[in-house]
Amino acid sequence: MDYAAILALQICSAVASLVLISLGLAVIFGMMRVINLAHGEFLMLGGYAAITAYNNGVNLWLAMLIVAPLTVGLFGIVVERLIIRHLYGRLIDTMLATWGLSLAMIGFVTVVFGNTVSGISAPLGSLTIGAYRTGAYEVFLVLVAAVLLVAGWAVLRFTRLGLIARGTMQNAAMAAALGVSPSLVYAVTFGVGAALSGLVGGLLAPLSGVVPTIGAAYIAKAFITVISGGAAILSGTAIASGLLGTINTAMTFAFTPVLGEVALLAAAVILLRILPQGITGRFFQRSL
Amino acid sequence: MSRLLPVLGNIAVLVAGLAALFGLPAFAETYVIINATIFASFAILALSLALIWGYAGILCFGQAAFFGLGGYTYAVAAINFGDTTGAAALAVALPALFAALLGYFMFWGRISDVYLGVITLTVSLILYRFVNQTAGEQWNIGEAPLGGFNGIPSTPILNWPGRPGEQLAPENIFSLAAGLLILVYFGCKALLATRFGRVVVAIRENEARVALLGYDTRRYKLAIFVVGGAVAGLSGLMFANSVFVSPTMFSLPVSGQIIIWVIIGGLGTLIGPVIGCILMQVLTNWLGTLNQVPGFGWVDPNLVLGVILMVFVLLVPKGLMALAADAVRWVVRNLPFPRRGKVPEGRKGDVRSASATGSHLESVHTSPFRRFAPPSPSGGRKSSA
Repeated sequence: MDYAAILALQICSAVASLVLISLGLAVIFGMMRVINLAHGEFLMLGGYAAITAYNNGVNLWLAMLIVAPLTVGLFGIVVERLIIRHLYGRLIDTMLATWGLSLAMIGFVTVVFGNTVSGISAPLGSLTIGAYRTGAYEVFLVLVAAVLLVAGWAVLRFTRLGLIARGTMQNAAMAAALGVSPSLVYAVTFGVGAALSGLVGGLLAPLSGVVPTIGAAYIAKAFITVISGGAAILSGTAIASGLLGTINTAMTFAFTPVLGEVALLAAAVILLRILPQGITGRFFQRSL
Repeated sequence: MSRLLPVLGNIAVLVAGLAALFGLPAFAETYVIINATIFASFAILALSLALIWGYAGILCFGQAAFFGLGGYTYAVAAINFGDTTGAAALAVALPALFAALLGYFMFWGRISDVYLGVITLTVSLILYRFVNQTAGEQWNIGEAPLGGFNGIPSTPILNWPGRPGEQLAPENIFSLAAGLLILVYFGCKALLATRFGRVVVAIRENEARVALLGYDTRRYKLAIFVVGGAVAGLSGLMFANSVFVSPTMFSLPVSGQIIIWVIIGGLGTLIGPVIGCILMQVLTNWLGTLNQVPGFGWVDPNLVLGVILMVFVLLVPKGLMALAADAVRWVVRNLPFPRRGKVPEGRKGDVRSASATGSHLESVHTSPFRRFAPPSPSGGRKSSA
């Protein structure tokens, strides 16, 4: 029983971590059809922002929940104005340009902070289930993932901002004709996506530590999750994360962590072969 | 003039290649020769992507998979066979076979654009993860240990065909690599000049139209993808002979590097990626030594590469070759004496009117350089929607 509970928790945790690392990318991709290959480095930057703030005496929760998203969100808006703006409608070019950005960010952070691991210890202590112990912080992250999904859905569904966002997503030219400035919407969207990445980067910093090259560990998974999810930002990401996270954890428990990773990647490849438009390209098409 | 230029270009490439092939071993030190061998094998790798991305419009984010597979196949087979000739043949055949399987999976699934990029990227990541953990006895293939993270440092050097044990000297390996580079370059040129090559380029331009003309586009794409896989395998073979095989051959940075070479050199040319590859390798090596110099310790290779890539995508999206071609065309057009023959005057106007009919995003954000170039072929500029 305890074992089952731990297994369930592990699956939730794996799914939540996939949701968290892909959410920022999903917002930017779903809204703007821009694949941001510097996404991993946005996470990395969030981690550094949180740790630097914490080391300078800011409260840990404040550093993770406020400082990290603000820093990366502002950075994202600058990036959008300087680079991305010129490349709308050119999917491959944006991928290449943001990939250049990711290399440059890795280089820059290496120069500033050095190529060493910095970290902070995870707050909240541990949680005991029967004979097993697990970090309470991991449970907290599962909750954060759920809250972010629900909040995102509520914003898109019920607010005027969400209405504008959805309208621009469906038909940018029509939205512009109705008086919305797509340029502004895109800038804000990119900023929001970047801020989400920063938030997650800050939240993950206590678990994984940060090095300049940590983005590479996230980007492939995030990329695959978002593409497998398909056009609907929130439900697509959630479903794809659920599927891939479960497969990953099951294979990890049955065999080794490496086989778990390989199974995740292989599952994504097969999924894309069957559903080339992603999961929400075929099912749940009307969802958000 | 316009007929003569390509011929002159081919002759120049051949002369430069042969000069390097025969000149370098005679004068240079061993260190330079080994470095040049690495450049040559990377240049072959650049050609493999130049072919399938630049001419067939298939953006493969995981070309490193075939590169690594070629290297590993060679190393494992050579250790087991003793004689390396068969191993070398396998090193080309196996990646080609793998490309055939993967290509069948992707092209018959009608997977396109980004999704294709994701799948190839994922496959190379799977291989990378897998090979990385193959340390230990249970992962021996015959007598060859896969060696996990460390790779196979004892990768055998090629021997003369039929004479096991008589290894090639570094100069011979260089000659072989450079010779193969020249051969592959002109091989690609020849391939693209055939009917098959023309259909492939047509598919890049407009797949639906080619299909409506009765060609099975999937077959053509598969065939060119297999050729690209084989060429990448060949480059892995030569790389294994100049360094040794390790899991990094499969890694994301290698795949990415190839894309940078092609973008910087010029998408849709063959010589551009080769030049881009050599330039970037020289630059990376130089940047690596730069932080020994006082005052330049802060320079980071990643930072410089990243900035170069961004600048090229934003400002010189057609690459160095197109830039050079524009410069030549500009000089020719502005020559003071009267011209003979036809200078393609109409072209400039044509392109402009074509771009005016395109989406406003395209035309507003076109860089000044692009206007002079022929209409974009673009594996690049399709949107996925």
